[in-house]
Amino acid sequence: MSQATSPQSAAAMRRTLHADRVATGVLWAIGIFVVLILGAIILHFLLASIGTMSPSFLFGDPSDTTVGGIGPVLWNSVYVLVLTLLITVPLGLLGGIYMAEYAGQGRIPNIIRLSQELISSVPSIVVGLFGLALFVNATHWSFTALGGALALSVFNLPLLTRLTEQALRAVPRDERDGSLALGTTKWQTIRHVALPLAIPGILTGVILTAGRIFGEAAALIFTAGVATPSHYDFANLNITDPRSPWSPFHSATTLAVYIWAQNSEGLGQFVRQIADSSAAVLVIMVMIFNLGARGLGRVLQRRATGVS
Amino acid sequence: MAATATIERGPIDRVMTVRERIDPARRITLMASAIVLLLVLLLLVFIGLNGVQIFTSSGIPFAAVFNTQWLPGDQFVPGEVSFGIFPFIAGTLGVMFVAALMATPLSVGLAIYMAEVAPRWARSITQPSMEVFVGIPSVVWGWLGITILVPFLSHNLAGIGFSLGFSWFAGSLVLALMILPTITSIAYDAITSVPAEMRGASVALGTTRWQTIRHVVIPAALGGIATAVVLGMMRAAGEALAVQMVIGNRPVMPTSLTQPLTTLTAQITLDMGNTVGGTPWNQVLWTMGLVLLLISFGFVLLVRRLSRSRQVP
Amino acid sequence: MSVADPPALTSPPIPMPAVAREQAPAASAREVKLRARGLNVYYGSRRAVRDVDLDVGANAITSFIGPSGCGKSTILRCFDRMNDLIPGARVEGEILLNGEDINASNVLPVEVRRRVGLVFQRPNPFPMTIYDNVAYGPRRHGVKDRKVLDEVVENSIRRAALWDEVKDDYRRKSGLSLSGGQQQRLCIARTLATEPDVILMDEPCSALDPIATLKIEELMADLRERYTIVIVTHNMQQAARVSDRTAFFTLGDDRAGYLVEFGETSQMFMNPREQLTEDYVSGRFG
Repeated sequence: MSQATSPQSAAAMRRTLHADRVATGVLWAIGIFVVLILGAIILHFLLASIGTMSPSFLFGDPSDTTVGGIGPVLWNSVYVLVLTLLITVPLGLLGGIYMAEYAGQGRIPNIIRLSQELISSVPSIVVGLFGLALFVNATHWSFTALGGALALSVFNLPLLTRLTEQALRAVPRDERDGSLALGTTKWQTIRHVALPLAIPGILTGVILTAGRIFGEAAALIFTAGVATPSHYDFANLNITDPRSPWSPFHSATTLAVYIWAQNSEGLGQFVRQIADSSAAVLVIMVMIFNLGARGLGRVLQRRATGVS
Repeated sequence: MAATATIERGPIDRVMTVRERIDPARRITLMASAIVLLLVLLLLVFIGLNGVQIFTSSGIPFAAVFNTQWLPGDQFVPGEVSFGIFPFIAGTLGVMFVAALMATPLSVGLAIYMAEVAPRWARSITQPSMEVFVGIPSVVWGWLGITILVPFLSHNLAGIGFSLGFSWFAGSLVLALMILPTITSIAYDAITSVPAEMRGASVALGTTRWQTIRHVVIPAALGGIATAVVLGMMRAAGEALAVQMVIGNRPVMPTSLTQPLTTLTAQITLDMGNTVGGTPWNQVLWTMGLVLLLISFGFVLLVRRLSRSRQVP
Repeated sequence: MSVADPPALTSPPIPMPAVAREQAPAASAREVKLRARGLNVYYGSRRAVRDVDLDVGANAITSFIGPSGCGKSTILRCFDRMNDLIPGARVEGEILLNGEDINASNVLPVEVRRRVGLVFQRPNPFPMTIYDNVAYGPRRHGVKDRKVLDEVVENSIRRAALWDEVKDDYRRKSGLSLSGGQQQRLCIARTLATEPDVILMDEPCSALDPIATLKIEELMADLRERYTIVIVTHNMQQAARVSDRTAFFTLGDDRAGYLVEFGETSQMFMNPREQLTEDYVSGRFG
């Protein structure tokens, strides 16, 4: 096909090519810019924590006179995380199994899906209010780790349910049919074929959610408490004693909440260092959770589908 | 090789065992998945009941709450008070829209970059970056805002004539950073699901990559991109701590980007710990929570309606 | 799916290989294992299979042939109620296994599928060891005794002509590490372990190379002694080589599949009664 190479269309072609080059440049710039911002943020906190970050900071007690440490709040973050996962993983697993295997298209699954979307949209501060109303006031517990974990479970449960559902749906139909053709029941097929194949995906997702829970604060301020704990006596193994750090009823200010509390109520001269280093710890944990989940996902994927 | 009869079998026509009839697996998993339903109802009940207390138990008239004057007064001494929550609603909407304005060009650009332009090695950097970006907790963003961003804004821009510190602008800026990865990843999904045949058709007609992106890919992905922006706005509206730390917490109607402001979420965060349960000041905070709840539910229904109408063939 | 080299139009018929001819017992001496009467299958409101009547003889290989899309697989899957898994599918008519109606209200699909096994078109071993693959069926059916399982697994692998190739490491090696043909024989062993009466095979060799195909065809001839086999195949030569009786289906004008002719394989290929059958086996269509 011959094209008239009049000066006009040649100029138009030049403009088009020029526009393409400019656009490509802009897009590259955006890509680099965003990655640099992230890098700068991470670097900032890492640098800001130099001098403060140490084992005695990570595991020591908070102090009014010196920089002190974040030991108790770090413990609380882990504790609340584990408690939340203990509540939501089994329930999410079961719920996801129902949605993927038994549900189908009827009214009930649609209502459940709508409910999942509705809960996922609720701002975490409102979940915190709900937790306050139910797990602090109505139950007369006051601030507890359990209350915080239950509040977090409110929006974590639909997440894990959807996760499990998606992982199960990704299992190839052939594997399922192969099991059913051998005369097994639906549940046997789920338990021995579908679920094992879905576990890698579920595990990856759980680790990613764990990262999110670890950094959560708004829902915990009014449920698990804001008061800075002074010292935890780990030798106290009485789990009904709210002073024991092992008890679900101990008030559990987490690391993220601690940073916020330092900002709004912190009076000492070390607020800046404490908060900067705490933020660094949070960022590092998020990265560990995220990149760990990715790596684990890849490893498990290879093991599940590849040649053993 | 003679086989021993190892598998006992009765007649094929038999009655179901009790276990098969009840199917415990189905029931248990159904109950587990229905918990969300219960949660929605509980949320509505608890927040709803507490949210109307200010009208029912304290007897404050509607007009005192749905106006623009926030004068809660002394919570222990009754007097002329007004619990107008419009400043907060306006503040929430204001930071939300400006944040979306700030974030969308960058987010969509990044999504396009990742989907169309970036080579494989670049994608292997940007994708994990997005995941880490989205995982950064809101307190960290807030702390970053208050320690780096606000001083930067107030010192460096003072020379140009802006007095900017804790402000609407700062709040939106921090939110924009927070919702950037959200919008990017959803927009990315929308862009990558544009069928390869469409792109191929454009390219085969002798167009440049940018022309294909601009005239074929983006229009085709527009619905998904719109959804991405709406979801980003939802996240911005619901964000509490990061906003509260940089916005200045002045409960007035938004008029200027440089003014300190407040939002529904920020005010709840600020006042909840300092008010006494049962007083109108405390109760109006629950009302604000109810407003937030209804806004977020409304958003979900809106997004559903949008995506349903897009699916019409 | 193209039919491989059609024979010359002036048929000398496709020669029957020795295996099937020698061992094919007389038709009348065979008992009826599976019987279909008035079988109709609907997907929603659309009828996919129309009024099929046929008897499958015990200890014989029956093949279903016909152009693609004519419902052969659908009919095959009626025999182990795998169509129940497809939403909107409806089966009407009678299907008797050993004289009992498998669609009766008291009959659970699980029971049917324990007696009627299915080998799929693409081998689909589980991501487990070879041992666990074969032991899967008996384990789910309640067999726990290790010694019994060992015996069943070894017998099944032997009967599937896979023993020599895996006997050293079948307990450790993953089923997925086998070649395509071996995987298919593993799937057959897996089915054999449940001690079915009938083995259905849905185009079992279409994903395999010719050598693997040959091995499976030899295996089928051996299996015929103990089991009843029904095989769907798009490869006419395979049907001629392997089966005792052949059923030919095609699509009617109403887009539903129906049975054109059913008889002894030799007769179907050399001297078919219906013109359509003649046309198909001589390659004039399909």
